[in-house]
Amino acid sequence: MPVEVILPKVDMDMATGRISKWFFAEGAKVEKGDVLFEIETDKAAMEIDAPASGVLRDITGKEGVDIAVGAAVAWIYREGEAHGTAGAPALAEIAQPAQAAPTEAEPADALPGAPPASAATVPACCGDVRATPLARRIAREAGLDLASIAGSGPHGRILERDVTAAKLASALVPQTSVPTPAAPAAAKPASAPLAAGPSDEQVKKLFAPGSYEEIRHDGMRKTIARRLTEAKQTIPHFYVTLDCELDALLELRAELNAAAPEKDGKPAYKLSVNDMVIKALALALRAVPDANVSWTDGAMLKHKHADVGVAVSIPGGLITPIVRDACHKTLSQISNEMKDFAARAKARKLKPEEYQGGTTAVSNLGMFGIKDFAAVINPPHATILAVGAGEQRAVVKGGQLAVATVMSVTLSTDHRAVDGALGAELLQAFKGYIEKPMAMLV
Amino acid sequence: MTAPATTSATADSTNLPFLYRHYPREDLLGALRRMHLIRRFEEAAEESYMRGLIHGTMHLSIGQEASAVGICLPLVREDQITSTHRGHGHCIAKGADVSRMFAEFFGKTTGYCGGRGGSMHIADVSTGNLGANGIVGGGIPIAVGAALTAKRLRTGKVAVSFFGDGANNEGAFHEALNMASIWKLPVVFVCENNGYGMSTSTERSTAVPNIADRAAAYAMPGVIVDGNDLSAVAQASHEAVERARRGEGPSLIECKTYRHRGHSKSDRNRYRTKDEIDDWMANRDPIARFEAQLTELGIAGPAEIEAVRQAVRAEIDAGIEFAKASPAPATADLADYVYTEQQ
Amino acid sequence: MSTEVRELSYSQAIQEAMAIALEADERVVLMGEDIGVYGGAFQVTGDLIERFGPERVMDTPISELGGAGVAVGAAVTGLRPIFEFQFSDFATLAMEQIVNQAAKMRYMLGGAVSVPVVMRFPAGSGTGAAAQHSQSLEAWLGHVPGLKVIQPATPHDAKGMLLAAVADPDPVMIFEHKLLYKMKGPVPEGHYTVPIGKAAIRRSGTDLTIVATSIMVHKALEAAETLAAEGIDVEVVDLRSIRPMDNATIIASVIKTHRLLCVYEGVKTLGIGAEISAMIAESEAFDRLDAPIVRLGGAETPIPYNPELEKAAVPQVPGIVAAARDLVRGVR
Repeated sequence: MPVEVILPKVDMDMATGRISKWFFAEGAKVEKGDVLFEIETDKAAMEIDAPASGVLRDITGKEGVDIAVGAAVAWIYREGEAHGTAGAPALAEIAQPAQAAPTEAEPADALPGAPPASAATVPACCGDVRATPLARRIAREAGLDLASIAGSGPHGRILERDVTAAKLASALVPQTSVPTPAAPAAAKPASAPLAAGPSDEQVKKLFAPGSYEEIRHDGMRKTIARRLTEAKQTIPHFYVTLDCELDALLELRAELNAAAPEKDGKPAYKLSVNDMVIKALALALRAVPDANVSWTDGAMLKHKHADVGVAVSIPGGLITPIVRDACHKTLSQISNEMKDFAARAKARKLKPEEYQGGTTAVSNLGMFGIKDFAAVINPPHATILAVGAGEQRAVVKGGQLAVATVMSVTLSTDHRAVDGALGAELLQAFKGYIEKPMAMLV
Repeated sequence: MTAPATTSATADSTNLPFLYRHYPREDLLGALRRMHLIRRFEEAAEESYMRGLIHGTMHLSIGQEASAVGICLPLVREDQITSTHRGHGHCIAKGADVSRMFAEFFGKTTGYCGGRGGSMHIADVSTGNLGANGIVGGGIPIAVGAALTAKRLRTGKVAVSFFGDGANNEGAFHEALNMASIWKLPVVFVCENNGYGMSTSTERSTAVPNIADRAAAYAMPGVIVDGNDLSAVAQASHEAVERARRGEGPSLIECKTYRHRGHSKSDRNRYRTKDEIDDWMANRDPIARFEAQLTELGIAGPAEIEAVRQAVRAEIDAGIEFAKASPAPATADLADYVYTEQQ
Repeated sequence: MSTEVRELSYSQAIQEAMAIALEADERVVLMGEDIGVYGGAFQVTGDLIERFGPERVMDTPISELGGAGVAVGAAVTGLRPIFEFQFSDFATLAMEQIVNQAAKMRYMLGGAVSVPVVMRFPAGSGTGAAAQHSQSLEAWLGHVPGLKVIQPATPHDAKGMLLAAVADPDPVMIFEHKLLYKMKGPVPEGHYTVPIGKAAIRRSGTDLTIVATSIMVHKALEAAETLAAEGIDVEVVDLRSIRPMDNATIIASVIKTHRLLCVYEGVKTLGIGAEISAMIAESEAFDRLDAPIVRLGGAETPIPYNPELEKAAVPQVPGIVAAARDLVRGVR
């Protein structure tokens, strides 16, 4: 019988722990007493010794996820002992059928020294994870592994909001196949796309103890980190920048707002520049439909509607609700929709269908006076428009120096899907709508 | 204030006991039949219990039949009684059908309580029995409530509350007697003093020599009768019931009697002597005394009395057959009767 | 029948209900200690004796056991008594008749009788009357099959539920919080009933369900206002009836809000909140819970005399606010 390696309790009120680092890979020979892995606790890192000598196999305890105290994280087999049946079948009882995947782990055994990545798709254990009943239900229905989700509640309890954030993350990960409840494993986020950076301890050692406050990541923060790293690492970004004169748009905006009918003693709408940017980008995508696409390995998805995601900053992170089919919405509709999205985004009450998908996005930091910046593409989008502040600048018109209100915008494109010239064409079309805004009204 | 407790056994000038002056022959034979029916019913119930056909426990009133039958003689069907854990006799005396009583003891749906009550809660509301009660003294305030209804709605009904000597030391007894008296309610309190509250004799448990002495405290007549003399009991009941019907208020009757059996089926009779029990059974059995009087007065001969016994035996046998043949309640119907409208 | 809505106090609403019942049905009688010319210890019967006479508004001796038993016997035989306990604490003296007789008679007799008695219990703390005159014993009686136990929280319900109780064929125990007697609220004129066994949603919300009883409904509503200012949207369920309990309404609310706080004045342990919590844990709402269920009940002490201690012995608004906030923010 192989010897079970568990995640031990090393701190008094510890219910779960995280393996920060494995020092041995699947199939490695270990001696009793070797440091197998390191556990990260609130206080320190603890090194955990091998309980027996033999061959380390069936590593199920992934690095960086919460694992219940006492859960098996690997097994140590005697040399020559038949393997692949000790831990995995037992885990399969609690894992989703598609996640058990013991056969996936075996090829890794055949390649000594290979990283235990595929074995890590088996959840360590979800029975002992601290989670509310509702969180468990949502995770079960979404095919999410609770062990991969950090809880923001007391004692690390996973709450509904943590699972919802994780669900959002998994939904936004580029899919090569459509996830279905019958194949939840396919919906699982890729486990660790992060390039190996300095370890937590290495970073912390650069600062004096007590000179910083350590705030554990919640689900949203982790999702943002993982998704943006992934996007920046896998999408070849290409940037084009353009200045747009805003004076005509500001004038039209003022006229439209002044003409707003009263409703319940308040104007029925109050347009912002951003509302008009959303509409202009949608119309530009309609004008340049080749840029309204999503990349997949097998094909280009050419969208029939321009669905514009709008990055909304909320406490602890950001979320991108989507104005669907913005071409066919009036400015006042877009404006009121955005107000509703923003309010519910802050309360974390957006529904998944309100922030999942979309064909492009707008990120506007103009309100902070940012002149120009480049945004990271949010897959499955192929473009994102970074919008700077509208400011009065000296411009040259017909050889004369003049003053105009100018807004710089930078379009990031996924070069696999939108080449430079196509991006430039899209941005030109956008500029056309911004500078001749009456065209947005017809 | 009322007179102290008196004995009503004083014979009138004709020297013929009250019962024989007041009731026709068929009523007297009917009373004999009921006394036999009670005796035989309880003997048969005891036998069935010993055969394992009846579970739980039961409290037998064998030896007290004159009290139950005598008290109920002046009552009409509409009058109401509350009874005690030793209540089989009251139920039969008030007119219940022994078949449905057996069925209840056997826990059957045809029983008076649908198998929910058993011996200790035997009742027949259709003949005015509001139920035996497992709580000593529990039925006394309920009888006062029934009397309040009778007075308020002017129904002319009288309520009778049977209870044992043990109940006279319960608070409910005192509270109920007091209220019945201040409101002049048509209720008769009947204490069947069989000498023992379970094992504790009245001498050891009660500060006054007679339970009827308590009546004085509540300004009502308190009457002591020989509870094994059917005529004496019937006469006391008649007077109290008439007084109640006239709107003059409650009375307390104390029937001095004796139970031949133990308190319940688990009683080992350690608190009384065999001589005492034998004396009551041999010399003061109420049925034997009534039969002797009937014979002596030429009302019924041995053949007629034997015919009564035979009829009673047949009725009991038929009752047991009915009970055995009746269906048991379905466990799915467990919650029936908790509320009037099923939840 | 007029539907005009006036304001009446809780005690006036009860008195009006009793007057309507006495007027409509000669079988209805009021019984209790000092309910006649005195008008009741809390003036709930008031001057009803002048309208209906001492035969229908009956002063009883100080005999809770006997009095309750007389009411039970009268109910079984045809009257419709409304029996007032001077203080709910005195139910302890009458437990035999309430628990062994009123609750069980119908069952023991296989349905041969009904026991249409109404018993009214002025309950609760806050009057400085200390340990023997301030208890909330509704859960005791709520534990007894055969009884119906209700706790109306508003003048409207006090009248409508009392009239429903009088019409009910089974024994109905009404617990009236003494601090509610002076509370005013809209009360329709004429006869109407509020069903027994149905909870009321007093405030609709999405973040947290507070199930409260009696006076705690008002404290919960006050807390909900404070919480609303913080962006926490509380649903307040007025339980109204603890036997039978309206499980469906509570379950539906918890499925919506994912969080449950029970607030009641009776002693916390083995109380109403325990029942609600367990019921939810057994229900389809279980895996809709996103936080532990929390109970705020009375302290594990008798009700003390000192006013500050007395307040500390039962849930108050700040405690409700704090518990609700912790639950919604996920720190509890």
